[in-house]
Amino acid sequence: MSGDHILTVDRLMMRFGGIVAVNELSFAAERRKITALIGPNGAGKTTVFNCITGFYRPSGGAIRLAHDDGRTIQLERLNDFRISKQAKVARTFQNIRLFPGMTALENLMVAQHNALMRASGLTLLGLLGLPSWREAEQRAIELARTWLNRVSLLDRADDAAGNLPYGDQRRLEIARAMCTEPALLCLDEPAAGLNARESGGLNELLLSIRNEQGTSILLIEHDMSVVMEISDHVVVMDYGVKIAEGTPQAVRDDPKVIAAYLGADEEEAIAVMESGT
Amino acid sequence: MSANSARPSPAAQPSGSAFILKKALISALVALVLFSLMIGVRTEAGPQGGLIYWTRFGDLAALVGAVFGGSIIVELLRQWWGPVDKDSIVPKPVQSAISFAGRWLAPALLVFAFLVPVIFYNQRYILDLSILVLTYVMLGWGLNVVVGLAGLLDLGYVAFYAVGAYSYALLATNFGLSFWVCLPLAGILAAFWGVLLGFPVLRLRGDYLAIVTLAFGEIIRLVIINWQSLTGGPNGVSGIPRPTMFGIPLTPGDDGLAARLGIEFSPTHRLVFLFYLILAMALLTNWVTIRLRRLPIGRAWEALREDEVACRALGINTTTTKLTAFATGAMFGGFAGAFFATRQGFISPESFTFQESALVLAIVVLGGMGSQLGVALAALAMIGGFELFRGFDQYRMLVFGIAMVLLMIWRPRGLIGHRAPTVFLERNQAISSDLVKEGHG
Ligand SMILES: Nc1ncnc2c1ncn2[C@@H]1O[C@H](COP(=O)(O)OP(=O)(O)OP(=O)(O)O)[C@@H](O)[C@H]1O
Ligand SMILES: [Mg+2]
Repeated sequence: MSGDHILTVDRLMMRFGGIVAVNELSFAAERRKITALIGPNGAGKTTVFNCITGFYRPSGGAIRLAHDDGRTIQLERLNDFRISKQAKVARTFQNIRLFPGMTALENLMVAQHNALMRASGLTLLGLLGLPSWREAEQRAIELARTWLNRVSLLDRADDAAGNLPYGDQRRLEIARAMCTEPALLCLDEPAAGLNARESGGLNELLLSIRNEQGTSILLIEHDMSVVMEISDHVVVMDYGVKIAEGTPQAVRDDPKVIAAYLGADEEEAIAVMESGT
Repeated sequence: MSANSARPSPAAQPSGSAFILKKALISALVALVLFSLMIGVRTEAGPQGGLIYWTRFGDLAALVGAVFGGSIIVELLRQWWGPVDKDSIVPKPVQSAISFAGRWLAPALLVFAFLVPVIFYNQRYILDLSILVLTYVMLGWGLNVVVGLAGLLDLGYVAFYAVGAYSYALLATNFGLSFWVCLPLAGILAAFWGVLLGFPVLRLRGDYLAIVTLAFGEIIRLVIINWQSLTGGPNGVSGIPRPTMFGIPLTPGDDGLAARLGIEFSPTHRLVFLFYLILAMALLTNWVTIRLRRLPIGRAWEALREDEVACRALGINTTTTKLTAFATGAMFGGFAGAFFATRQGFISPESFTFQESALVLAIVVLGGMGSQLGVALAALAMIGGFELFRGFDQYRMLVFGIAMVLLMIWRPRGLIGHRAPTVFLERNQAISSDLVKEGHG
């Protein structure tokens, strides 16, 4: 646990009534690295994401985000939309949440809302159709086009998001998150429901986001081939607590991790052991 | 069903003639069972107090026959008008004719609207009715921002209409301000009330939101009734100044418009003026809404309707976004209210009942939420159609109700259910209505 951390989660607690979904969890995510958060079903991974992205207010603990420029933001004190707007944390959802009745391009335009609002002079300049607004809109369309191209959806730009196949929707959601130009990208099971070829493409996409954009990625994933192949650091959770962390190899051979997966689900345990060999 | 089972289309709905026949037969059978007792046999108390009965099999047969025939027609129409990109048995030429008509309908309607005072110059009744229709078109377009775009179900829209009307009426009668000064003020005041309403309801969704807005509409009406000293209570405000053409009154006097132009005075002049005034106001509403849809705020409204959680994850302030939707819709309602006051010259709380809210909401829902053209058509059909049936008197409500039910069965998403994208790279293609969410939260 050395180096430059963008995200530091410190003794995070999340209770729902009597249930302790996350219990004194501490970990850190390194800047410009891919950190994976894994664990059996119900371990509390999505809950951690919801705390980081402001959908839940943690019952205790601290979440610190350190920006490139040295600013440190206490995420647990901000709520919902400010986390994306001010702290520049973007996320995707375990069950995809696109705007199904809007086109792929429109989805990416909505993601640039805050930048475009400023450019449209809080709507007034835009209403008059001033040239400065037109330029800003063109730039936004270009950014959207770039990302559509990156996730190979350029030819589906004008199709309704709800009409796209499942794998395309997953990629579109990542593109949409990237259009907010985040410092930290949180992906909740991006490979769920993808076939082998699609998940290979996803690996490349995530690596290129890390390498070209320099975005740090926090990743929840069940698909061990994805975790083993692309993550730089792995944090393993079970029943709301951290049971192991380290490099993918170290975690894979950790008996505690194998036991947790064996106890939870045999198939997954086997997947852990077989992948990466 | 067998007629087209070989068709490869995955979404193919049964549409063969065998299917239609089967469906009609089932409907006829249900009608037979239902009506055999209700119509087939009639009972009455006899002169001795005993029960006498007689049969009316002829009527029964006619009714069952009508259900059978009607069911076939309904099914055929349903398939004609079915949602976009679904298989249908409508021949290609008819389809292309419909899409051609669709493309030219809006411009044709607009040209027609401009010509109405010319064509119907001598028919006061039609001019009056057109003004009424346009008022509802404007109200529909205003409410469309809230319900159709932002997906917030507002059952109290009439409140803003009332605020606009009373703002103008009171400012004009008490301070002698002119219509053109009061118009923006009425809009601003209504928008202000929209924001005030917005705050408490922001956390609410769906049914709760609808109920609170409904209550708000009633509260405004009750305040108007009870605040006698300001609003005149149930007696309303009378003697509201008529609008002037930028300072020139439309009166028979020497300084009136007719005298200045050197033409003979006619009360129709004012009607024509009012017509073009509301037409201009409605078109402004339309223009602003179309512009707003293509601006980030409008996209955020629609995104909010589609998925509020995703909006928050993208850094959109859902609170202010909802408030702006409420305020914008309320502002248009306020403008329309000011127009209403100047047209009537007299307003009272009776004009601002829940029924008005329901009517405007029906126009928006019937028109296809979010569609500007659909809302205009629905206003025309509802207000104009309602007048059309005036002769039928007691059946008016019945026919009207049946027509609405039928329409909602054929086009559950309104007359124009599909959504036009606000921006595109290559193809500007409509989005099928079954993908577009309705929001309400
Ligand atoms: N809003 C909530 N209210 C009550 N309990 C909750 C809530 N959200 C999560 N939980 C509970 O917290 C625990 C952790 O859930 P969470 O969704 O975080 O698991 P997960 O690790 O993401 O699992 P999966 O791999 O299935 O997605 C579960 O027992 C769940 O029932
Ligand atoms: Mg989860």
